[in-house]
Amino acid sequence: MRYLSIFKAVERATPPTQEEMEAMGRLIEEFSAKGVLLATEGCLPSALGFRVRRDGGTVTVTDGPFTEAKEVLGGFAILAAASKEEALALTRRFLEVAGDGECEVRQLYEAPALGEADCAKLSAEAAPAQ
Amino acid sequence: MSTADAHRDAHRAIEAVWRIESAKLIAGLARLVRDVGLAEDLAQDALVVALEKWPESGVPANPGAWLMAVAKRRAIDALRRDTRLERKHAELGVELEALERTAPDLDTALDDPVGDDLLRLVFTCCHPVLSTEARVALTLRLLGGLTTEEIARAFLVPTATIAQRIVRAKRTLAEARVPFEVPRGAELAARLASVLQVIYLVFNEGYTASAGDDWVRPALCEDALRLGRILAGLAVEEPEVHGLVALMEIQASRLRARVGPGGEPVLLLDQDRGRWDQLLIRRGLAALARAEALAGARREALGPYALQAAIAACHARARTPAETDWPRIAALYDALAEAAPSPVVELNRAVALAMAFGPAAGLAVVDGLASEKALASYHLLPAVRADFLLKLGRGAEARAELERAAALAGNARERALLLARAAAVPLSAAAGPE
Repeated sequence: MRYLSIFKAVERATPPTQEEMEAMGRLIEEFSAKGVLLATEGCLPSALGFRVRRDGGTVTVTDGPFTEAKEVLGGFAILAAASKEEALALTRRFLEVAGDGECEVRQLYEAPALGEADCAKLSAEAAPAQ
Repeated sequence: MSTADAHRDAHRAIEAVWRIESAKLIAGLARLVRDVGLAEDLAQDALVVALEKWPESGVPANPGAWLMAVAKRRAIDALRRDTRLERKHAELGVELEALERTAPDLDTALDDPVGDDLLRLVFTCCHPVLSTEARVALTLRLLGGLTTEEIARAFLVPTATIAQRIVRAKRTLAEARVPFEVPRGAELAARLASVLQVIYLVFNEGYTASAGDDWVRPALCEDALRLGRILAGLAVEEPEVHGLVALMEIQASRLRARVGPGGEPVLLLDQDRGRWDQLLIRRGLAALARAEALAGARREALGPYALQAAIAACHARARTPAETDWPRIAALYDALAEAAPSPVVELNRAVALAMAFGPAAGLAVVDGLASEKALASYHLLPAVRADFLLKLGRGAEARAELERAAALAGNARERALLLARAAAVPLSAAAGPE
């Protein structure tokens, strides 16, 4: 299963320190090596971003920084986890390094459950790869 | 939340941690005690301690390090006990003395920053003294962190069978005195092939679900992918490791497009490419690029996994079936037929040749397979041949081949489909093109 983890935190005026960058780098390396981190990115200051909202057909664009928001989006990760608990364990480790803030973790859509057994065609397709 | 709920949640959390951390734990311990069976027992002991303490204390900030610290103490106790009792494991005592002499800080002794221990564990689990089945079970258990029940469920066999298989495998490794090491030199290639085979077998078991009512068991695909990604981080210089990872990532990218709305299978060329997973494709293409660069640097030809990944990549890169680079796929199948010859590869080469250069080119290859014993009861051989014949306007022969394919098909739904196709061969075509 795959989970999207979105990290939200109070926006700081200062960029991350060298130590913080290194600690996060080590965690990313560890998670990648364990095969559980599929993708991750961190956001630049919200001053460089914008929000687009469509409401009743009207589109409004709000430029950053998002000073009215208590916490803003800081980054995301896509995790490969065998269970919700595993995704939680990984997220806890992440927050240990990232610091205070909140991760919203959502399971991602996957292949639908498959119906009755009639996989001869599919298995034949995969056969050369065996 | 009731206490029972809290307890259950804590247990689930601990199981999740176990799955993520156990391989590293067992690997580090195995180097110390020189026995993967004993190493697993020690790691399990640490798990038991966690199950006692964490529901009260909460999961520690770095649970892997916590488990390692506990297991380490157990390992040292076990080694000391062995020394004191002057058991037959004399070398363990020597090992402990050596450790205490050279590395008073056991943290250092058990640290494994470059993953050498994990790699040793990979090679030990896939050691040729073990049967393929035993390799698969041991790999999923010790490296994948799966429980015996989970492995049994995945392979649809009784739990007792898997448990027995694992016990026997550990005994075999101990009796054969398989050293806990990464093979070097000429041995490495053969041993690595065994490791890759085990991982791909797990993947295919998930991808094509050879047994049971499911077509696909995605959890097994994910387990194999995770193992492959771990291995790619450990054996970074090996082109075939990246080739296998590339192949699995790209194949997995199609998992959700392989099933139609009614639950029916959808073949590659009929799939909605918008549903292919672009993240996995990107990861797959990147892994393939690494495999190609590494093989190029060694002045080696691509191995079977990288070649299959390259074929899969041709499909992944084509935005529509019409954009598929069939001549390149045919050339890659030529190379694959040389690197890993098999009748099934030959059959696929025929299909690629037909797509690239017309049905006559495909038919020539398929006709060469007529006497192939391995394909004698393989319904896809006459089915593919029928396809070529039909395109060449040889309808009567095509119909006969479709009927032959139907007789060989093991599955009722497919048999009906083939018979319907045979009946639909147009009479004008059946009369021949002349």
